Amino acid sequence: MAPFLRVTWAVFRKDLTVERRAKEGINGLAFFALLLLFLFYFTLGPDGERLRAALPGLFWLTFVLAGLLGLGRTFALERENACIDGLVLAPGDKGAIYLGKLLAVSLVMLAMEAVFVAATGFFYNLDIWAAVPRLVPVGLAGTVGFAAVGTLFAAMTAQLRARELLLPVLLLPLAVPVLIAAVRLTEVALAGGSAESSAGWWRLLLGFDVVFLTAGLLTFEFVLEP
Amino acid sequence: MIQIDGLTKLYGTQAALRGVCLAVPAGSILAVLGPNGSGKTTLVRLLATLTRPSAGRGTVGGHDLVRERDEVRRLIALVAHETQLYDDLSAAENLAFTSVLGGSPVPGPRLRDVLARVGLEAHADTRVRALSSGMRRRVALARAMLRAPRVLLLDEPFSGLDGDGVKRLDDYLHGFRAKGGAAVVVTHSLGRALAVADEVVVLSGGRLAGRLAGADLTEAALERLYLAASETEWRPSCA
Repeated sequence: MAPFLRVTWAVFRKDLTVERRAKEGINGLAFFALLLLFLFYFTLGPDGERLRAALPGLFWLTFVLAGLLGLGRTFALERENACIDGLVLAPGDKGAIYLGKLLAVSLVMLAMEAVFVAATGFFYNLDIWAAVPRLVPVGLAGTVGFAAVGTLFAAMTAQLRARELLLPVLLLPLAVPVLIAAVRLTEVALAGGSAESSAGWWRLLLGFDVVFLTAGLLTFEFVLEP
Repeated sequence: MIQIDGLTKLYGTQAALRGVCLAVPAGSILAVLGPNGSGKTTLVRLLATLTRPSAGRGTVGGHDLVRERDEVRRLIALVAHETQLYDDLSAAENLAFTSVLGGSPVPGPRLRDVLARVGLEAHADTRVRALSSGMRRRVALARAMLRAPRVLLLDEPFSGLDGDGVKRLDDYLHGFRAKGGAAVVVTHSLGRALAVADEVVVLSGGRLAGRLAGADLTEAALERLYLAASETEWRPSCA
């Protein structure tokens, strides 16, 4: 395996192993997602049409807030015992570390999203199962875009005192294009709309994915280095 | 192997290190002593390329600390005050991860051999969270040994180690020196400094307060130098 991919895989596997064993992150995300599900149900009432109309916003609000928690955790574990120094001291392309962390954060977010979508369909008694094949690519592209810029900013704020405050303040304005496109595409996917009608939103989402991913790979070294 | 010239580190207006000059040839061990806040850890972090000097320059193995950080990092192994270990990974998993990051993955049997050298063969699969602080220190030492470095940077490596751990580290350091490695060992223990070092320097207030080597490096001389440096450091400014 090429050295770059070997480091990416090692970081990805390490982050998932720590996340799985520590459990606190996953449990926190699950509780948080369920809480939002119930809060929205009590706010919107049992009206199926109303719930369905609110679903794209509900989905992405939950994914973003859960993503913020996950992003905060991925560098919190590097701060313990100064493990981040070990990452800094690794010779070679730091982009590999960025990619490994991005993939781990994305996978945890995607797993949470899958459970949340299923729970929404079940608890809200909505027939959204037919839309799942159309939701999967939207979830993938939106999550990768959000995690791409989020991982970069989480690393940037990891060593700062006000990191919990600064991460959302810096990240959310930049993630707005990704989130708007993802919400629109989710709306289209749930309504069973055609791919042609949403081509512009797809271009926006994938364009930002490419830009954020490339920027992350190229700049992570400068973010991590002292 | 290590050469620093006028190395200075400022944190804001506070100088942690002021114009320190040192040389550590291959096949020798330098012990750095000094009271708290004298700049010992800053010196190690500068040599490890974990922070940039505000002034002065330094090289490790002929590579510049600022411009050739990657080359320096390939030569060094650092045992810092904090262990840099993931609590939820086992000792062996921590070592395996570090070896991949370092660019040369080490197979499982060799990982266990290195853990055996620090007396932790029975705890290879134990999560770091479940190890005592002395055992964690040993895992951190094993991680440094794993990379077969040419330069060792050790910040308080003896703290938390029991007698057996200290002996193993002493033996490793003597072997390391015999193979031509260079080491910088930061310690508060005068005894350990005398036991392992070829040269001892004492820092005080970020400056080099004195150095002892060869025949001059005796217990009495070191004690005098250390006490003088400590008194300078703690003297109230109004006195």
